[in-house]
Amino acid sequence: MSTPLLAVERLEKHFRTGRADLSGRKRGLLRAVDGVSFTLERGESLGLVGESGCGKSTTARTIIGLQKATAGSVRFDGVELTSLSRRGWQPYRRRMQMIFQDPYASLDPRQTVGSILTEPLTIHRVGKPRDRRLRALSLLDAVGLDPRHLFRYPHEFSGGQRQRIGIARALALEPELLLCDEPVSALDVSIQAQIVNLLKELQERFGLAYLFISHDLSIVRHLCPRVAVMYLGRIVESGPRASLYADPGHPYTQALLSAVPVPDPAREAERRRQVLGGDVPHPSAPPPGCAFHPRCPRLALEPPGAGATACRSEPPPLAERGADRRWSCHLV
Amino acid sequence: MRADLEKTEAERLLREARAARGESLWFDAWRRLRNNRAAFLSLAFLAVVALGSLLAPLFPLPSPAHLDLQDEPKPPVLPWTNLGDHDWDEALYRREHWELSFFDSALVDLRATLFGTWQTGAWLGTDSKGRDLLSRIVWGSRISIQVAVAATLCSLLLGVTYGALAGYVGGRLDNLMMRIVDVLYSVPFIFVVIFLITLLNEYRTTLRDEYGIEYISVFYVVIGMIYWLTMARVVRGQVLSLKNAEFIEAARVLGASTPRILFVHLVPNVLSIVIVYLTLTIPAVMLFEAFLSFLGLGVEPPKVSWGLLAVDGTEAVNPVRTFWWLVAWPAVAMGSTLLALNILGDGLRDALDPKLRGQER
Repeated sequence: MSTPLLAVERLEKHFRTGRADLSGRKRGLLRAVDGVSFTLERGESLGLVGESGCGKSTTARTIIGLQKATAGSVRFDGVELTSLSRRGWQPYRRRMQMIFQDPYASLDPRQTVGSILTEPLTIHRVGKPRDRRLRALSLLDAVGLDPRHLFRYPHEFSGGQRQRIGIARALALEPELLLCDEPVSALDVSIQAQIVNLLKELQERFGLAYLFISHDLSIVRHLCPRVAVMYLGRIVESGPRASLYADPGHPYTQALLSAVPVPDPAREAERRRQVLGGDVPHPSAPPPGCAFHPRCPRLALEPPGAGATACRSEPPPLAERGADRRWSCHLV
Repeated sequence: MRADLEKTEAERLLREARAARGESLWFDAWRRLRNNRAAFLSLAFLAVVALGSLLAPLFPLPSPAHLDLQDEPKPPVLPWTNLGDHDWDEALYRREHWELSFFDSALVDLRATLFGTWQTGAWLGTDSKGRDLLSRIVWGSRISIQVAVAATLCSLLLGVTYGALAGYVGGRLDNLMMRIVDVLYSVPFIFVVIFLITLLNEYRTTLRDEYGIEYISVFYVVIGMIYWLTMARVVRGQVLSLKNAEFIEAARVLGASTPRILFVHLVPNVLSIVIVYLTLTIPAVMLFEAFLSFLGLGVEPPKVSWGLLAVDGTEAVNPVRTFWWLVAWPAVAMGSTLLALNILGDGLRDALDPKLRGQER
């Protein structure tokens, strides 16, 4: 088997909380990402889902080098990225780009669309200034914007249009991998569909691979053939979308999926929602054993026994369950 | 993209794009400022004041240094009762004047050819030594503006760089740099300035003769040193809130270098606040100059500044006779300039950051 485009192994990102200042408060350690592993093939897209604060964005930001990994490895096309110097990073910046969540914050308000789109080319010294501008024109065209708006400013566009500009900027260097950090969650529902379809179209056209981060299970299902579910900094389940959505293995995935509304009134009425009790524990003080055990409905049904004891003391491994399915649970 | 647009088609689109050029935030701000009548009038007024002080030697005014000792100050004469006379003596003007730069000298030549020996009457009256008040106010504005420019440059160069560095680098360095600012803030500056200037007075001849440093430029630097502190804080705060903005992260993901992020992305976005802050700092600096001159620590006769004019004014007010014009005209000049600066500052703030309109500073 050839090397995967992106291989993430036991990636960890910890943050220090509090400050060692004169007040003498204790420093805490927040495990935002705590041992995440996955691989991504060329042209493939992987959906990373989970609720807010589970570490999905931090995973993406650590992969692309916005934050330094605490431990673990990120290999892009076989090359270890976490140990690269700033200069060493440059060639991989061309091959891996990112789409941001908030289209209102991700474009410099003082730059024209033209300079936003030519900046990546300028930084990487691609072509002459004239060619860069022509390329910016075709980029606008590719993301479905009017190329005649090249000399407009971000504030003259709507949220959806701005997100298209952000996508065009990410495409400027012809990357192989796009990290999409909740690219549609800040947009209106009607615009979300347009952007998701644009991403799908661009993927077919340019053979892009996506790491698509979202908390919206329906969008991930639409876009990504493979899905990974995160909870408290760890992947608790991964697998192909069809089987994962039809038959979730991890109790957390089951609860998540039961919360998705069905667009059919008859079936919606029958839908049984599984409401999880309690709050997500704070990642600076994760529960011992399986991080999910205090809220686990499966554990609640279990008679006290060997399996149930393991839940409280030992983190379950992300075990192979056949047919490319994996989930981490002591109880089946 | 890989299936590139047709070349000629692209050229055409580029032309059309130029025609459909958008409006930058700067242009937008300028338009809002223009629509703000008070602010725009203030801007025009300040332009006139600045131009007037720059071109002071060109105007057919009596010499600001020409003494005409007499019993008491002459009251203002209305222009139509005494428009002027032909008593101006170019050679004497040049001799009496404390300093005329090359540029000023050329302006005096131009004045001689334009107006000959004609000079205005004492439209605003004269002071106790018989010097024309209008002329002194015009020349005095030069010092005020020079001080303003010096303090502006100091707070721009020192304050913006210091603040941006502290904010962008962050962490321990930021902490250290800002504690230094805190310490400097807590120093009672009036005492320091009095101490410094008294000390410098001791060595002023040494300074001038051996190092070629004029006493007055030291005075500017001392004022500038005080006013960069707040600028540093303002800029640091802005940079701090911007440096984690997604567009800065996007630039980092694209591989932009630190200077590029600082000067292409951060500084232009901080600039509007800097400009607003400057227009509000300048009046404070001008007042400070007047105050120091008033105390006898700043500009010294025969040079003239608005602060010194105020000193003359207070001396002229006594229970026996009130020479009101010696107080009123300098006060009008200074007051209107400060008012204009404040209105302009407010207008600029509204124009550059419309979200803040109507909020308190």
